[in-house]
Amino acid sequence: MGALLEKIKIPHDRFEMRLSGSGGQGMILAAVIMGEAIGIGGKKNVVQSQSYGPEARGGASKSDVVVSPNEIFYPKAMRLDLLLAMTQESLDSYYPDLKEDGVLIVDDVLVTDFPTDKYYGLPFTRLAREEAGHVMVANVIALAAIAELTGIVDREALTNAVLNRAPRGTADKNKKAIEIGFREAARLKEKKG
Amino acid sequence: MATAVKQRSDVILDYIRPRKKFPSVWCAGCGNGIVMSALIRAIEKAGYSKDGIAMLSGIGCSSRMPIYFDVSALHTTHGRALGFATGVKFARPELKVIVITGDGDALAIGGNHFIHACRRNIDITAILLNNYIYGMTGGQGSPTTPSEAFSTTTPYGNVEKHFEPCDLAAAAGATFVGRTTVYHAPQMEKLLGDAMAHRGFSLVEVVSNCHTYFGRLNRQGDAVSMINHFKEQSVPVAKSRKMSPEELEGKIVTGKLHEVDKTEFCDEYQRVVDAVQGRN
Amino acid sequence: MPDKKRVLMQGNHACVAGAIYAGMRFYAGYPITPSTEVAEGCARRLPEIGGRFIQMEDEIGSIAAVIGASVAGLKSMTATSGPGYSLMVENIGYAYMTETPCVIINVQRGGPSTGLPTKVSQSDTMQARWGTHGDYTAIAVAPSSVAETVTETIRAFNLSERFRTPVTLLLDEVIGHMREIITLPEPGECEVVERVKPTCPPEQFIPFEMTESLVNPMPAYGEGYRNVITGLTHDTMGFTTNKPVEIAPKLDKLRNKIMRHVDEITRLRTEFIDDAEILFISYGSVARAAFQAAKIAREAGAKVGAIQLQSIWPFPDKELMELCARCRKVIVGELNMGQVAIEVERVLPRDTEVHTLLRYDGEILTPMQLLEKLDEVL
Repeated sequence: MGALLEKIKIPHDRFEMRLSGSGGQGMILAAVIMGEAIGIGGKKNVVQSQSYGPEARGGASKSDVVVSPNEIFYPKAMRLDLLLAMTQESLDSYYPDLKEDGVLIVDDVLVTDFPTDKYYGLPFTRLAREEAGHVMVANVIALAAIAELTGIVDREALTNAVLNRAPRGTADKNKKAIEIGFREAARLKEKKG
Repeated sequence: MATAVKQRSDVILDYIRPRKKFPSVWCAGCGNGIVMSALIRAIEKAGYSKDGIAMLSGIGCSSRMPIYFDVSALHTTHGRALGFATGVKFARPELKVIVITGDGDALAIGGNHFIHACRRNIDITAILLNNYIYGMTGGQGSPTTPSEAFSTTTPYGNVEKHFEPCDLAAAAGATFVGRTTVYHAPQMEKLLGDAMAHRGFSLVEVVSNCHTYFGRLNRQGDAVSMINHFKEQSVPVAKSRKMSPEELEGKIVTGKLHEVDKTEFCDEYQRVVDAVQGRN
Repeated sequence: MPDKKRVLMQGNHACVAGAIYAGMRFYAGYPITPSTEVAEGCARRLPEIGGRFIQMEDEIGSIAAVIGASVAGLKSMTATSGPGYSLMVENIGYAYMTETPCVIINVQRGGPSTGLPTKVSQSDTMQARWGTHGDYTAIAVAPSSVAETVTETIRAFNLSERFRTPVTLLLDEVIGHMREIITLPEPGECEVVERVKPTCPPEQFIPFEMTESLVNPMPAYGEGYRNVITGLTHDTMGFTTNKPVEIAPKLDKLRNKIMRHVDEITRLRTEFIDDAEILFISYGSVARAAFQAAKIAREAGAKVGAIQLQSIWPFPDKELMELCARCRKVIVGELNMGQVAIEVERVLPRDTEVHTLLRYDGEILTPMQLLEKLDEVL
């Protein structure tokens, strides 16, 4: 390693999150909603990007959201401040990109093997199916939990962004999902102290 | 009689591009000129304004025709005239759009555009001058070259099967299909007029003579004997319906072969535009 | 005045927004990843404003319809990716020859052949310059952000109308698919160039006259001019010619009408270049990584800057020479085997070291990779 590389610092004016899971879990849509919730009403810059394979369902899916008060040069994540992993495969793939004091949020029913004990675990998929009424809103429950745990976006902005994107006739399920996400995350936060 | 001839040539001159240098690229005796004059008479009779016509073509002998016509002319790339014409018509539906094409241009390199223009039923009149060979490049086999016929690329006789352009067009969704030959000039004029008046995609196949290549390589003689041969081979469509397949073998069935009423593409799109704008 | 509405918009949709702002009212295309959202956006938006969208049978038909619509008087465009662009190039050549304005969006993916439909690449850079056969001068612009995609799409239409020539907008998969918070320009905020039409009577109209600007007024079909347009080499009347004294001037016209205005076509963005001893040169998504790397390097005390080529063709020879005059080394970063690097080497003086960082594995270059390269050549 040369002299320069020893001196460089990773930029501190960016908040980088990655929402990951398997294709069909709505990770890209979740990232779009998060980007809109943070960016449209506020003053911060937001870049959302994704990578995906050719299959519409299944396979690994990830989407990054980078937030900064300054111009965002590099559009993709460099060192994650937050990682949401909805499956074991996505956790294994992306955990190495999470910085040391980064926030890890997992679906602790679908993930069974944890690389660290510093994480927030909630059964997003089960909550969606059993409490919110549809497995498809697991991503919205996760967004609400991220909001509660990080404070990156307030509840009103998130709710507006979710409802703006929600298909016709799903507003109630989505509102319920937001409520569950905030409630469960607050309970978790309290428990962890 | 002299007066009548004079009038006819005046009509022709009126539709020929005034500043274009002649002679044309066509061989003496070529059927392309007969088609051009029939088309002029049909346009004249229908009363379409020259400013309201866009004439397009691809590449080949017949595709030179729009350059000589005193209308907006787009001489495009090989096989693609119907793609360009779709853009012209869709952008400016009030134009009367005519495509001049050949058997190689329409059915080989342009085959995909041909079937899809038929399928869309866009209001374009395609005139396919079928001389069974590539004339401009010197006599190579085309998709309509009959089995066993000779060309410079089928020197031992054609081993391939050929397309029937009219059957193809009707099957692909064209709503007006007709066939004639360069012998049948008055019928051609009528057929072209009917095709242009039809709203939707119309195809007129005109069987034409390339005595320079097809005639020479297949021992069919000069222009006159080839055109006479078309006369002998031809059967009007009404008569053909009473004939057996065996009797029709080697015949050219002429007249309006197919006409159906279906909604036209630009009209359908406009309906969508109106609905979308009405909604807002 | 209230703040302008902020939207989170995808690059491909920004392209649609920019095109409609510029007056595009005709789209013909064929679906291909990663450009398809452009077609989908046009299919939805154009009927709302009385424009026209058509999905053609292939890319050859698509560009043909686009050129047909342009001669019929509408600003028109298509969008595709590498394989589709390959199919279009013959008819793009027809647009060069017939001097027909149109815009072609190429959202690049990996190649050759079917290659990498969902992965990023910049390997059509040279194809945008030399794709079709024959001699001609191409214009290609390459935005690096969603906001720039709006403004560069508008500019692509403006250049196309002003010079009566096809213009290629080179996006890449990263720019096409990522979303950024932007504000869209209000009507009147950005310049929109309209097509110049002839004012003389039709009988006096010389469609391809050798005028001082070399760019002729262009009538639409149906407006009474009844001119002939052919892809064969033609004289000033538009009639085919085989005369040497008419052929070379036609080709000179195609080149000179653009090359005399390189300065006005060229657009570069520079960051941290004051006193820079080393410069990154890049475009598209890589420029974002290069700006980031330069920023990080500056914070670590290195005299490093970055140049983004917002327009690639005609190549900005003069501007690059001036910007790089005081630096000793440049690093060209791109997602191909060095298509712009060849041009940079051609332009810069021999004593400037030209280093390359090339990636062609379907992934974007990262700031860290650029910093490692910088560290290596320092």
